[in-house]
Amino acid sequence: MKAKIADRDGALAWIFLMPSVVYILALVAVPFILAVGLAVSDVTAGDPSFNFVGGKNFEAAFSDPVFWRSLGNTFLFTSVSMVLIVILGKVVANILIADFKGKWFVRFLVLLPWTTPVTLGAISWLWLLDSIYSPIDWVLRQLGFLAPQGNGSNMYWLGEPGLAMLSVIAVHVWRLTPLAAVIMMAGLVAIPKDMDEAARIDGAGWWRRMFEVTIPMTLPVIAVAALFGAIFTFTDMAVVDVLTNGGPNNATQVLTSWAFFRGIDGGDIGQGAAVALFLFPLLMAAAIAILRAVRKLEVH
Amino acid sequence: MAAKGSARPVMPRVALYLAAITVAFCSAAPFLWSVITAFKQNRDLYNPDNNPFLFNRPPTPDHIAYLFEKTAFGTYLWNTLWVGVLVVLITLVLGLPAAYALARLDRPWAGWFGIVIFLVYLVPPSLLFLSLSRIVVALGLQDSTWSLVVIYPTITIPVSIWLLIGFLKAVPRDIEEQAMVDGYSRLGAFWRAVVPLTFPGIVAVVVFAFTLTASEFIYALAFVSPSSEKVLSTGVPTELVRGDVFFWQSLQAATIIVALPLAFVFNLFLDRFIAGFTQGAVKG
Repeated sequence: MKAKIADRDGALAWIFLMPSVVYILALVAVPFILAVGLAVSDVTAGDPSFNFVGGKNFEAAFSDPVFWRSLGNTFLFTSVSMVLIVILGKVVANILIADFKGKWFVRFLVLLPWTTPVTLGAISWLWLLDSIYSPIDWVLRQLGFLAPQGNGSNMYWLGEPGLAMLSVIAVHVWRLTPLAAVIMMAGLVAIPKDMDEAARIDGAGWWRRMFEVTIPMTLPVIAVAALFGAIFTFTDMAVVDVLTNGGPNNATQVLTSWAFFRGIDGGDIGQGAAVALFLFPLLMAAAIAILRAVRKLEVH
Repeated sequence: MAAKGSARPVMPRVALYLAAITVAFCSAAPFLWSVITAFKQNRDLYNPDNNPFLFNRPPTPDHIAYLFEKTAFGTYLWNTLWVGVLVVLITLVLGLPAAYALARLDRPWAGWFGIVIFLVYLVPPSLLFLSLSRIVVALGLQDSTWSLVVIYPTITIPVSIWLLIGFLKAVPRDIEEQAMVDGYSRLGAFWRAVVPLTFPGIVAVVVFAFTLTASEFIYALAFVSPSSEKVLSTGVPTELVRGDVFFWQSLQAATIIVALPLAFVFNLFLDRFIAGFTQGAVKG
């Protein structure tokens, strides 16, 4: 009797899982294999016939300096954003979990950057960083840091390579910090109350409890937040597309936007796929490294 | 709240309020700027000598009227809405049973299966959009909003399963067993006893999945180009900019109109969402 129920449960488990598994296999696994196929083919938008060309697309991609520029930018944006997102997310999580008046409203405002569709948030920033009408420039002019008019009266946030990079990173951090904060709040809520209480009774101050109880206890969740932050920055092209379109002069071009530019806009689907596929081993390596770290932390 | 009082005695109240206000301001500042901009007259907006934070001429609702009357914004709003609703439905119909199977049916492989599904969520659109656009063409869905209805569940199903596992594990097993003793089949117990108890969690997942679909950009950009078929995330930035002419006030109004309700609804379910995340993360 007991074994029979287990059998039935086993069948039921498969019936329940099958639709999702089939859906994911059909629309994630198949396109992934197809992407590998496209990367070694000469398919273009004009000539969709499939011919095997081996590593030609990769060679072509690698010989283009813009590819290496995009790769470097992708790493720069991801690493800097990730560090800032984790630190700020932690700070925001600790604030939002405390008790204070008006917390509901503060949470609402903090959620805004993340729940707003990313292109719309980026449009807000595009106007905030406008080359002529930026209110930041106006304040800087009033404070005397910029000339009142004519030459040198604007920063050109999105026109200068260094500032454009800074702007793109700022928008990524602004947009993803709330998500990291929410994930870390989940970790903070899960800390057993008595641990914190015990440390407090032992006379540990706020900072000491933060670094000796809270942070070590929530490290796995912090790692998950870092993983989310890294992947969302690493694979995003919406912010770059809206703010700078990869410019000035490819200074903010990233791999995803470059793959899109070559594959969809330029019609060279084979080469676009090769650039996009280049992301994958890097992503997998990062994901596995972080998940392993999480597991290690959970064991201890 | 869980951390009630934990910070209070040590961290002075003033510092806490200052920190909260700073964080809220940094998050909302671009939107505040959008709100001011949306109501400005052109002659006020395009004068670099004017104080940009004040209304140097009386505010006007004209640009918001323009947004609804003269642009396809209404269409984008509607498209995003119905795509989101259908995607959420598909996600729940497929994801809820899958999550139940992994959370409750005691398969030995449930643990690693859950992790594999979560890893699928990490496969980014940027990797798949080129080959998926071939599949979309093969399905005859190119340049149709329906292509997004078919493709978006690949993003929402994995992450929803992961969150739902958390909520389902929180339901006491006794309740299900009692329902089965009362004569329900396993399926009946799932539907009549477990789903109602998980309802708040399901709503949190609905909100999360909807937010993800509304935000998606790469697929929407790659699959759909006719203006009438676009969604908010692609329609607003492409169609409200004519060459070099930006309809700034209308653009900012569009941002605000979309941003406020989404954040409001998400905030209602924030605590639920946090709870689900913890349960899903602690695999027990």
